[in-house]
Amino acid sequence: MLPLNAALFLSAILFAIGTAGVVVRRNAIILFMCIELMLNAANLAFVALSPYAGIDGQVIVFFVIAVAAAEAAVGLAIIIAVFRHAESVDIRNFSLLRW
Amino acid sequence: MILRVQQTAETVVAEAQAGAFEPILLGLIVLLPLIGFAINGVAAILAARTAERRRWSSSSHHGGSEGEADEYSNETHSVMDAEPTGVVPWTHRLPSLVAPGVMLLAFALAVANLFGMMGVELEEPIVRTYWSWIPVGELQVEAALQLDQLSLLMTLVVTGVGALIHLFSVGYMSHDPGYPRYMAYLNLFVFFMLVLVLGASFPVMFVGWEGVGLCSYLLIGFWFSEKANADAGKKAFIVNRIGDFGFLIAMLLIFVDLGALGYVEVFERAPQLDYAGPVVTAICLFLFLGAVGKSAQIPLYVWLPDAMAGPTPVSALIHAATMVTAGVYLVVRASTLFAMAPAASLLVALVGAVTALFAATIGLKQWDIKKVLAYSTISQLGFMFAAVGMGAYVAGVFHLMTHAFFKACLFLGSGAVIHALHEAMHATHSHADAQDMRNMGGLRRYLPITFATMAIATLAIAGVAPFAGFFSKDEIVGAAWIGSAGELPLSQASLFGVGGGTWMGMIAILLSIAAFLTAFYMGRLMLYTFFGPNRTGEAERQHLHEVGWTMSVPLIVLAVMSTIGGFFNVDSLVPIVNLFSPFAFGGDAALHNWLHPVIIGAEEVWASNTAAIPEVHHASWPILLAILVGVAGLVLAAVVLKPQLLGTPEETPAYEGNLEKVLYNKWYVDELYQRIVVRPVWGLSRAFYSVVDRGTIDGIIDGVLGRGAMLLGLSAGRVQTGQVNTYAFIIIVGVIVVLGSIVVM
Repeated sequence: MLPLNAALFLSAILFAIGTAGVVVRRNAIILFMCIELMLNAANLAFVALSPYAGIDGQVIVFFVIAVAAAEAAVGLAIIIAVFRHAESVDIRNFSLLRW
Repeated sequence: MILRVQQTAETVVAEAQAGAFEPILLGLIVLLPLIGFAINGVAAILAARTAERRRWSSSSHHGGSEGEADEYSNETHSVMDAEPTGVVPWTHRLPSLVAPGVMLLAFALAVANLFGMMGVELEEPIVRTYWSWIPVGELQVEAALQLDQLSLLMTLVVTGVGALIHLFSVGYMSHDPGYPRYMAYLNLFVFFMLVLVLGASFPVMFVGWEGVGLCSYLLIGFWFSEKANADAGKKAFIVNRIGDFGFLIAMLLIFVDLGALGYVEVFERAPQLDYAGPVVTAICLFLFLGAVGKSAQIPLYVWLPDAMAGPTPVSALIHAATMVTAGVYLVVRASTLFAMAPAASLLVALVGAVTALFAATIGLKQWDIKKVLAYSTISQLGFMFAAVGMGAYVAGVFHLMTHAFFKACLFLGSGAVIHALHEAMHATHSHADAQDMRNMGGLRRYLPITFATMAIATLAIAGVAPFAGFFSKDEIVGAAWIGSAGELPLSQASLFGVGGGTWMGMIAILLSIAAFLTAFYMGRLMLYTFFGPNRTGEAERQHLHEVGWTMSVPLIVLAVMSTIGGFFNVDSLVPIVNLFSPFAFGGDAALHNWLHPVIIGAEEVWASNTAAIPEVHHASWPILLAILVGVAGLVLAAVVLKPQLLGTPEETPAYEGNLEKVLYNKWYVDELYQRIVVRPVWGLSRAFYSVVDRGTIDGIIDGVLGRGAMLLGLSAGRVQTGQVNTYAFIIIVGVIVVLGSIVVM
């Protein structure tokens, strides 16, 4: 069995990659994928910790997957609608709600 | 004459019977005019709505027919512009019945109370408490009415003369588009006036005091579509504010120093104050400031001549017979306080005497018939203040009563003249001034009843025996002469280091000159109006005719009262006057005996605080002098003035020579006030506007706070880039800071 530290380390790396992607990437789809990456990094941490902290972590993971699925549905629908409107998914073009 | 001691035997009987008198429907007397106001007010609102609708429909159908049923038209249109259809709407018929009706009922109730009160010798006032009005700690003000001899007399004058003037108004105003509104205001005025005279405490009186001021304002500016009328209303209101301020301060001082505001308590405790001390003097001076404003004395008289902008019956009721005498009533009501403050009393008398003479000089050279009467009113009010200031309270009230009769008669007579001229000029579409005496002349042939009644009232105001003014005016001037001989309590007082006797000698001289001038300007008014050739114009003359019965009946009744009104107070102790003793009503010196319980407080104050005064000695020469100045004034007017040489305003200049110019321009007092009061206030207002408001306040709000908020917003808005990455980055930094701080701690 893998040591706990390795699993948590992997989770932290995945989360950091996701976070960096959200901050630096401009493509809405990529941004979206980065968010998914962050969610799954959290899932990994939950699962890895469940042998020590009880079954709750695994239950929460299912909730997170369900929320992520719903989020994906809504988020992708928005991105498609935006693309139809502006022929682009570059978020630098969408700053209309600013002051 | 002034101090008339009641027989003790009568007093004992009176105390036994005092409980026997119950006032008859006291509250209803006050309430009746209010009911009339409510009914007429509803009619006024409905009439105004109808007029509004009609104007709408006529302007859409016929392109607007000028002046038809215009509720807000001015006098030029109003008097003759009846309903063009000939059908008088119910809103114009109902007030003719309601307004004089409630007044007659109120008068009947007052008379019933008079008969009830005459049966008993009432020593203490009757106070009826209705509800607790201002219960705040020690300050307990009840909504209460007080019936005593003075308030009943005032009620009789207000409702009696008021009823006659309401009846006159039916004839004078019924063709005016605003007739229901007018009657509603007039009823409301009487309601407040009754609250003023019947109130049982200073705050209740103040309600009436302010209410009559409001109604005065509304009625002066009744034809408010002309700016001059609206301005006159505002002037009256603002000048009265100065006096009301004095009244308020006096009330506060009374409460602070005596702990009560009801008349009974205040006058019971008043003798506890220091006699002639600063407190009671201050109270009296502030009360007098209130009286000066309301009763148009120097220096606050300037509003009354302008108040003639209102309809003439209003001038008769409010600005001659009732409201302007409220100040005299106030001084008599507070006679106990004024007796405690002899210096303030002397100042009252002095201001009154100077006003009497000053206003009489202006009256000499006015051409507007109503302006002459307005200055005459100011002058006669000066007589009353001279009387009450010298401690001759009954003489002041007596003159108040007779003045109400003859001045109301004169004003209504002038109203009848103006009405007749107005109709004549309207018929020929002339635009001449219906109030200028130069457009009158020879009217006695066209208006015989008006002429006869005004002639009687003129004899009364000039002080010709045996008309009413002779008895009352003689009593005032006589009191001044008696005081100058040291026979009044106030002769012992002093003001500005000069003794009261000396002051009263000067007052007597001032009043005698004023009485002479009064006779002269009234003779002038009668000569120019009713004698000589008619100057109204050939065409207009065909349309001159006597007024209808609703207007002539009040004139006749008032003329009768001007003739016999003096017999209510014939003193058998005074030589020459006592020749009329056989005609006296209610016995010898009836009014003195009647009002004695009201002023007994003042007499007690004098008795305990002044040295014994020599017995009053009535000489006959002051009476002869009084008769002489009155007759001499009238005769001089008849000899000097030549009505047959007078021309129309185009032919006759308003004044010739410098003296006439000064008198015609009213001693330039309005101009003086304009320069020393109005313009500085304007300048100050402009300075405040530009420096304080625009400069300081707007500068801080706009310049510092407003601009600062805007700059802050603009710079803080830069943070919102619209870029999702930036926001995410800020969130992450925030999370790191929060988590980091948790870890560190």
